[in-house]
Amino acid sequence: MAVLTRLSGIDLACSRAGRLVFKNLNFSVDRGQMLAVRGANGAGKSSLLRVIAGLLRPGAGRLVLEGGDEELSPGEQAHYLGHQDPIKPSLTVGENLAFWRDLFGGSDATATALNMVGLGTLADVPALYLSAGQRRRLSLARLLAAPRPVWLLDEPNSALDEAGQMLLTRIMGEHLARGGILIAATHGALGIAPAQELVLNPDRPLPHVQTSESTV
Amino acid sequence: MSPLFALLRRDLKLAVRAGGGAAIGVLFFLIVVTLAAFAIGPDLALLARIGPAILWLGALLSTLLGFDRLLSLDYEDGSLDQMLLARVPLELALCMKVLAHWASAELPLIIATPLLGVLLNVDPVGSAAVALTMLVGTPALTFIGLIGAALTVSLRRGGLLLAVLVLPFNIPVLIFGVAASTAALSGLSFAAPLGILLAISLVSAVIGPVAVAVALRQGMD
Repeated sequence: MAVLTRLSGIDLACSRAGRLVFKNLNFSVDRGQMLAVRGANGAGKSSLLRVIAGLLRPGAGRLVLEGGDEELSPGEQAHYLGHQDPIKPSLTVGENLAFWRDLFGGSDATATALNMVGLGTLADVPALYLSAGQRRRLSLARLLAAPRPVWLLDEPNSALDEAGQMLLTRIMGEHLARGGILIAATHGALGIAPAQELVLNPDRPLPHVQTSESTV
Repeated sequence: MSPLFALLRRDLKLAVRAGGGAAIGVLFFLIVVTLAAFAIGPDLALLARIGPAILWLGALLSTLLGFDRLLSLDYEDGSLDQMLLARVPLELALCMKVLAHWASAELPLIIATPLLGVLLNVDPVGSAAVALTMLVGTPALTFIGLIGAALTVSLRRGGLLLAVLVLPFNIPVLIFGVAASTAALSGLSFAAPLGILLAISLVSAVIGPVAVAVALRQGMD
């Protein structure tokens, strides 16, 4: 499979419930780069990630992939980490992860990913007993169990403890080092300097893009 | 493991684990049939005559209990989002969900039917006819339920609305299911109503997943 080299959004617009969230939004992320999406609550960070994943239809504009498998949409090459953790409480931690690995066509043993996120000893425990932070870690394990070139992370560090934040920084770094593309919506620091920042402003639907190695 | 088989296996596992609700339908079926027998009284001839209709009605009402779990649980915890990102056609994924739901919630009803037929003094031939017509007709109920589940997926606790939405569309299945069963008892042609029932199931199996996949893709916002 050809390597995905760039993901761009051209003139994207999105409205929710009749209200324009953003318009004329452009971005372009090369492989190995991270785009940080910032903005106040309600500025459209989550909407933008859902548009890229194909879970929301953009009101205008399009997404362009360069390289990669032409048969696949951006969403089919992406992992989307949303606010919810898609975890079934009556299945064990291992069963939950094995299902997502199989659905996304991964082949590695689930134990590898679980050990990496620090849940190795909990593989046989029903997911009902996980704390919020542990559920988040299980969701992160999903990203590792089946490799995909694009990661769309919506406030990935929520509920994570300090060690969890460091873990997140490490797996994000490894993903970028493998040549992955990373788009993260965040308020705080993620421990990695983003190649670009996209600032969404709810009062002024003309987003401001800056390319910087700055301020994290 | 192939993605579709993984989905089927997960849904079957969820159905039989704690809180999965696989047994609820059968218990409800038992209660409805028992209540009907009490309400009608010990007139064995009357029970035998209307028994197939009571069995069908009981099974129809029992199927309603499970539909609100069919999609809404996956919607609420974000699993449905992830399924849209998988490299499998959503239509086939929905067929897997329907298959798992049918096997865990409706197959037990069909198996219980001959036993409950005894409670209603239904002739063994009649019970077998009801079970056979259910085998042919319940797929239609499930696919119609899937459409209802998709329409109410974004409503929290939309189960009651779902039942009200779905029931009118189950009328043809009920009519031909009972017609085939009573035809078998009275020696009339069994094949014609059964054939129509089969046709309803096949049409809903073709239209249901496609329509629901379109609805889910359009309605994600």
